Amino acid sequence: MKKIDRREFLKKTGEGAAAVGAVALAASCAPKKTAENLAAGSGEKGPDVLETGKMELRTNPGNGDKVSLLGYGCMRFTMKKDADGNDIIDQDNVNELIDYALAHGVNYFDTSPVYLQGQSEEAVGIALSRHPRNDYFIATKMSNFWSNDRSVAMKLYQDSFKYLKTDYIDYYLLHSLGRGGAEGFKARFEDNGVMDFLLAEREKGKIRQLGLSFHGNQEQFDQIMALHEKYHWDFVQIQMNYFDWKHADGKRNVNAEYLYQELDKRGIPIVIMEPLQGGRLANPVEGVVTMLKEHDPEASNASWAFKFVGSYPRILTVLSGMVYKEHLEDNLRTFMDFKPLSEAELSFLCDECAGIIANFPTVDCNDCKYCMPCPYGIDIPGIFKHYNSCVNGGLIAQSKDQEDYMKLRKAYLVSYDRAIPTLRQANHCVHCKQCVSKCPQSIAIPHELSRIDRYVEKLKQNTL
Amino acid sequence: MLKKIRVILAALCFIAITLLFLDFTGTLHGWLGWLAKIQFLPAVLALNVAVIIGLLVLTILFGRVYCSVICPLGVFQDVVANISRKGKKGKYSYSKELKLLRYGIWVLFVIALVAGVNAFVALLAPYSAWGRIVNNLLAPVYQWGNNLLAYLAERKGSYAFYTKEVWLKSLPVFLVAVATLVALVILAWKNGRTYCNTICPVGTTLSFFSRFAMFRPVIDPDKCKGCHGCEKHCKAACIDSSRKKIDYSRCVDCFNCIDSCKFGAIKYRFAWTRPAVPAATPATDKAVADKTAVENGRRAFLIGSAVALTGLGLKAQEITEEADTTAFEKENEGGFATIIPKKVPQRSTPLTPFGSESLKKFRNHCTACQLCVSVCPNGVLRPSKDPARFMQPEMSFERGYCRPECVKCSEVCPTRAILKITPEEKTTWKVGTAAVDYDLCIVAKGEVEECGNCARHCPVGAIKMVRKDPDETAEHPVRIPTVNEAKCIGCGACENLCPARPISAITVSGCEVHHTV
Repeated sequence: MKKIDRREFLKKTGEGAAAVGAVALAASCAPKKTAENLAAGSGEKGPDVLETGKMELRTNPGNGDKVSLLGYGCMRFTMKKDADGNDIIDQDNVNELIDYALAHGVNYFDTSPVYLQGQSEEAVGIALSRHPRNDYFIATKMSNFWSNDRSVAMKLYQDSFKYLKTDYIDYYLLHSLGRGGAEGFKARFEDNGVMDFLLAEREKGKIRQLGLSFHGNQEQFDQIMALHEKYHWDFVQIQMNYFDWKHADGKRNVNAEYLYQELDKRGIPIVIMEPLQGGRLANPVEGVVTMLKEHDPEASNASWAFKFVGSYPRILTVLSGMVYKEHLEDNLRTFMDFKPLSEAELSFLCDECAGIIANFPTVDCNDCKYCMPCPYGIDIPGIFKHYNSCVNGGLIAQSKDQEDYMKLRKAYLVSYDRAIPTLRQANHCVHCKQCVSKCPQSIAIPHELSRIDRYVEKLKQNTL
Repeated sequence: MLKKIRVILAALCFIAITLLFLDFTGTLHGWLGWLAKIQFLPAVLALNVAVIIGLLVLTILFGRVYCSVICPLGVFQDVVANISRKGKKGKYSYSKELKLLRYGIWVLFVIALVAGVNAFVALLAPYSAWGRIVNNLLAPVYQWGNNLLAYLAERKGSYAFYTKEVWLKSLPVFLVAVATLVALVILAWKNGRTYCNTICPVGTTLSFFSRFAMFRPVIDPDKCKGCHGCEKHCKAACIDSSRKKIDYSRCVDCFNCIDSCKFGAIKYRFAWTRPAVPAATPATDKAVADKTAVENGRRAFLIGSAVALTGLGLKAQEITEEADTTAFEKENEGGFATIIPKKVPQRSTPLTPFGSESLKKFRNHCTACQLCVSVCPNGVLRPSKDPARFMQPEMSFERGYCRPECVKCSEVCPTRAILKITPEEKTTWKVGTAAVDYDLCIVAKGEVEECGNCARHCPVGAIKMVRKDPDETAEHPVRIPTVNEAKCIGCGACENLCPARPISAITVSGCEVHHTV
């Protein structure tokens, strides 16, 4: 008798049910095809791209690596509680996702010693070491933020090899350069000899490609680029998405268009982080969702953002933190048999859509949690995430005289308490400013928390 | 017929008044708040002459219908007695009035009331006792039910229900509530209205009038066949059927006897001819009472254990709340810092709610019914453990502060111990003053360069941030909080939001006499 275990059975029936659901959905809301779509497709449902498609590969001009355009960002995974109640990564889930990604041609995995409360590297190491080493590229970072001490850097570097179960690292990044300026760079890497050490490791082949990730403004970027002559950056990781292309605020950060052009000019391969701007472009303001869906009723919000960055030829890979299978599948559909956007579509995103988003008072938080843990217990990214979702959902009241004020008031206050335990809410911020220097987006965190707190107070006191 | 009307009215009153204690949103008070205000002792404490006269006139006219309909504790005993009587008809028998105990307690009660020994008053007052029982034992269950609904609502994206934190406000008061409940259940289970006719000071007060009631159940000696049926149904044990007499001081007008008489010998009718005087019978009650006590031991134990388990559940809840923390590892990203729970600070003078005018006035008017504690949405009010004010509410700010827009306690107080105020008036009343302990303040200690969270959240702008070093000339000098005592109203926002833990660096002490600022 053929034995099917329960898990397998559930999986199979689940897939069956999902397939039936999907067909029903497709049949019930068959979209009105735009001229463009009709031109591109046959109008009939073809074979599933996940089965027949090929992952878009980009060649690293430096060493000929064929890198998948979709890279796996390992900063966010599902967590569970261990026996002591601590958050730990759900390793089974990570294994499953990484296996699936590898099977579909994803071969670039980006992690760091500090991600996920320091657990990311080990989890990624466990998952990847189950596969042949030359099937994938590992990217990790020198995340020596809290100390310029050489021993800290050395420990981080050596631990990366141990946790990732490897004797070489394909892509090694100086984590988050820029905001410290030239001085910060000097203290973190030059004065303590860490830079010389890493250059030597590159010579030895322990580091195949040495690059950096950048957060900061134009002046700071120029300072980093000036070092290219001296150190030869093999690649640079930047924040790029259709919002930041032209709408970066200029003081805290710089337009991705500028970054791209500067790197392109020098022929440096580019790795993209935050293509969804910390997930915010996956759920943009209602008006933008309408525009995107009118343009292509079947495309996910996120797929537009990924296509935008993928359409630029100098991009080596686009990192996406895929926590759930559906994220991975949606991204695979974008990057397998990848079709770049037209000039008109690029402009539609970075001019029209980004222009609308720029008019909303969201906080530019990418939920990276670098600011955490706040010593006073505040859930900083949680508060911003909740606020942003209310802004984007049109749930922010303007005045107590408006018609739906009481409804908006209740919705905000109740959902705020649900999202954030009261002791971790914005009113407990003491403005110690410890978080400010940690934020890669240079958000004035205490200021923004106070702004949200004042709004909450006005709602509570009915003085809006 | 009369019994049916009584049962329906009693059920309505009982449910409504219980809901008053359960409804933490405060919406029901607009509609049903008057039910608390027509309770006898609250009306006395509120010096609400109209209600007192109304209740006395009601009693003179119709007997102690108050005890059968309006008093929630009385109705609760009827419910218990009814359950205990299921299947065994006619278990009651006439007992002599325990005069010494009854009037002794009443005299003590009056003395305590006048002397302001409120703990004793609140312990015996039937409305307060019921409030305590509901607030301590039933409200947590109700709130857990609400939280389940909130959980489901959250899943459905609805904002109809929100989570209400369940916490044990005071262990001693919780135990008093448990003890009261156990005692009442035992008494009611065995002998119906024993509490009302021997202990309850309100019952005794009304009995002075009910014995002269204009309408009352009267036995027609001609029709009575001496079957004792009425006596067996009388939960007040006030019908001496052998002598065909009713003790109207103890009759609570439940009308059970009327329905039970097969011969129509008892009628509720105009009887202002001459008052019936209860006759003395041989004293056998003590033996009966002793037997009862022994039999009830086992049951009391069971009930006691059940209630204690609920208590433990509450305690466990409290502990898990405190344990809501995760490890703190400096070098990594994410995670949450541990938040140490706040502890109650020393207060030179206790804090009573806005609208209570003065400590003394509050102490003399509050009947410790816990209604305000039930409705306080900010976790500020809780019953006091101080013997002098035992069970009366006081304010503390570990869980929240007395928010400027909230005046719920003042809206519900039935005794006028907390006078009705508006949010506008609230910000002009001073109930306490904050003071800073610079040994605890994180800026004064040099732990951080900037805080000022107290100043940012003071609703009246009473906290002034001043230079730590007056000679400092930097553009952004280190500044520490000071309290402008003339502006401070004592709401506790600063204390609640102060980052210093477990004891806040800025704490509020009460004013003995509240006044405007």
